[in-house]
Amino acid sequence: MPRKEMIALLLAGGQGSRLGVLTQNIAKPAVLYGGKYRIIDFTLSNCINSGIDTVGVLTQYQPLKLNSHIGIGKPWDLDRMNGGISILAPYTSGESGEWYTGTADAVFQNIHYVDEMNPDYVIILSGDHIYKMDYASMLARHTSQKADATISVINVPMEEASRYGILNCDARDHIVEFDEKPKEPKSTLASMGIYIFNWSVLREYLTADHVASATEHDFGKNILPNMLQDGKKMVAYRFEGYWKDVGTLQAYWESTMNLTERVPDFNLFDPYWKIYTPNPVYPAHYIGENAKVTKSVIAEGCMIQGTVRNSVIFPGVRIQEGAFVEDSIVMSDTIIGDGTEIHCAIVGENSVVGNQVRIGIGDYAPSQYNPKVYEARISVIGSNTVVPNGTLIGQNVVIDNGLSPGDFSTIEIPSGGYVMKGGANE
Amino acid sequence: MKRAMGIILTGGKNNRLKELSLERSITAVPFGGKYRAIDFVLSNLVNSSIVNVGVITQYNFRSLVDHLGSGKEWDLDRKNEGLFIFPPYLSEVGTGWYKGTADAMYNNLTFLLKSDEEYVVITQGYAIYNMDYMPMIDAHISSGADVTMAVHTLDDFSVSERRLLGMVDVDETGRVTDLQEKPLNPKGNLCSMGVYVLRRLLLVELLQDCAAHGHTEFVNDVLIRNVQKMNIQSFCFHGYWRPLSTIQLFYRSNMELLNPRVRAELLMDRRRIFTKVKDETPAKYNEEADVRNSIVADGCIIEGTVENSIIFRGVKIMKDAVVRDSIVMQGSVVCEGVSLKNTILDKDVVVTAGKQLQGDRDWPLIVGKNVTV
Repeated sequence: MPRKEMIALLLAGGQGSRLGVLTQNIAKPAVLYGGKYRIIDFTLSNCINSGIDTVGVLTQYQPLKLNSHIGIGKPWDLDRMNGGISILAPYTSGESGEWYTGTADAVFQNIHYVDEMNPDYVIILSGDHIYKMDYASMLARHTSQKADATISVINVPMEEASRYGILNCDARDHIVEFDEKPKEPKSTLASMGIYIFNWSVLREYLTADHVASATEHDFGKNILPNMLQDGKKMVAYRFEGYWKDVGTLQAYWESTMNLTERVPDFNLFDPYWKIYTPNPVYPAHYIGENAKVTKSVIAEGCMIQGTVRNSVIFPGVRIQEGAFVEDSIVMSDTIIGDGTEIHCAIVGENSVVGNQVRIGIGDYAPSQYNPKVYEARISVIGSNTVVPNGTLIGQNVVIDNGLSPGDFSTIEIPSGGYVMKGGANE
Repeated sequence: MKRAMGIILTGGKNNRLKELSLERSITAVPFGGKYRAIDFVLSNLVNSSIVNVGVITQYNFRSLVDHLGSGKEWDLDRKNEGLFIFPPYLSEVGTGWYKGTADAMYNNLTFLLKSDEEYVVITQGYAIYNMDYMPMIDAHISSGADVTMAVHTLDDFSVSERRLLGMVDVDETGRVTDLQEKPLNPKGNLCSMGVYVLRRLLLVELLQDCAAHGHTEFVNDVLIRNVQKMNIQSFCFHGYWRPLSTIQLFYRSNMELLNPRVRAELLMDRRRIFTKVKDETPAKYNEEADVRNSIVADGCIIEGTVENSIIFRGVKIMKDAVVRDSIVMQGSVVCEGVSLKNTILDKDVVVTAGKQLQGDRDWPLIVGKNVTV
């Protein structure tokens, strides 16, 4: 079999706990995004568009949706005889089986997978970001610099820099210092969590890290600083373009809303860098006689009879006569009832919002459920939930996944309120 | 299970669809925002658990073959059965072009002989309908007929449309007593849907006999000649059915998709219609968009007014453009200030700013593929 120059390892185990009910039952990379996609589609499409045909996807947290989404990789053209996509779940072997304890550990546990592919280079990716990037051009820089490791970086505003791993570089963009979430950042070059390593070098460091005592088995905290300390040649690869972590409800909502702009920051219409995903079998969507759709993204299979403004509507959604949806995201196969009014909300998949419901009314109030996660005006309705007719829902309200009308003890849920199956301390 | 195989005939050359079929087989004509005509028959077969399907092609089959590929979108990329495409070929005994539908099947007799299903469903690839063939096969088996023919009533077909169909007479037992292909004076209210069920080995026999007599057409030479000799039963299909045999029917059936009842039966049924995937992003509506009673596919950018229209994948309708009662196919661009009424734009047409195109309800204006107006 032909050897692979570079293979990708995609770390898709993150929970993304700040997406609240959206990631209660699915991993963050499996969260729906952009009217049709799941977050991981952007990274997977980058791989195939960059000519990488061997991708190991490392899963851990709630992988069911992710597994069925990826399947054998057909939508990304990754169903290959030699290479293709492999789902690498934690496993037990002999006495050593365990959950992945960190990003580096996850890769270490799959050393045999990489060895079998025997590549010169490995690119480490995460399935958490929305961006388009040509990894081949990053590899070109890695090889021309004869580097041991190349880290993709992006310029961030100084005031946000302390949230990232910051790289301090010399004039040739060689990395001289690595600061994980520094209090006083010395530069604004943030690591994007995308690394290319010479496999032989990385293998050595992973093996050492595995037996080391004081380690968190993390790329950013352990592997990269260790390499730097040993004087390995590490270079920065500057990325310019759209790159968004949609890890909070506010960030998720804002970046989705931006897709409805006339010229969005992120262009999904690029014929030379298509984003692939499994295509649901739906007819083209239908806009009704009395419907009004403006500044919105509407997917296939929808039936829109009401008014939709400034919103993103996923496949198979029905918005009934007299309904009004504004500044909102409605995920696949959900029904919005007659005369229902929705402002500034995220409604999960396969749910039913009854007739004459109002969502997003009143004034903002802090969440009584979990103010760390629910900190914006946005109300979130989970998946597979039925909201009873006539329910009045304020701002920043959270409604659980999988609720039936009987789970609602009241039809008035004021701003900051919640309806959760197990109560507040679930 | 696995009782029947399928054959799709993609028809001879005709120019009744004008510009739309100039460069493509009539079965490859785009329909309903994202489909091509053949998707309906192909999906019907798959949804009826018929997964050994031969498509017999003749004229302009490039776009059809491109569309069908390996058949994976219809779940027909199988190890043993699946999708087989039979374009005409030259051989020591073969003459290249198929001389007719029977000749075409006869030339691919190996396919019939190598298959092991007991029954064959023969279909035409250019009709729009959503039908489960299983009840028809069951009826065929229980009636003991030699051939069962699907028929449809013609209440809403005009005389000129009836002239292009196969008119059928049946007796009180449902047996077909007369069959007239494209009659000048169509009588009665029943036509053949061009869908036949018969035993595979009987079909082989009939084709061999037909070829031995120098005949070439399945309808004229096999069915009509034997209408007295054989027991041909009718099976009435009561659902929505439109053959795309004229521009008027093509236009009309596209527009009928705006009727929720038709859309529900054809497209939103449990029996889904499959088609080739294009990986387009969902449609984008800008601030000025005003869309009513229309079908819009993925990949479109809409800034203008659209009413009672079918907009295919990847179409751009710019500001101040007004599209009414029209069909705009994949990749076409309708520039600022354009007005379209009763117009069909084929694929990749550009209508430049300010142009006004208007057809008639009965004679829609057609702009051919790749044309810039």
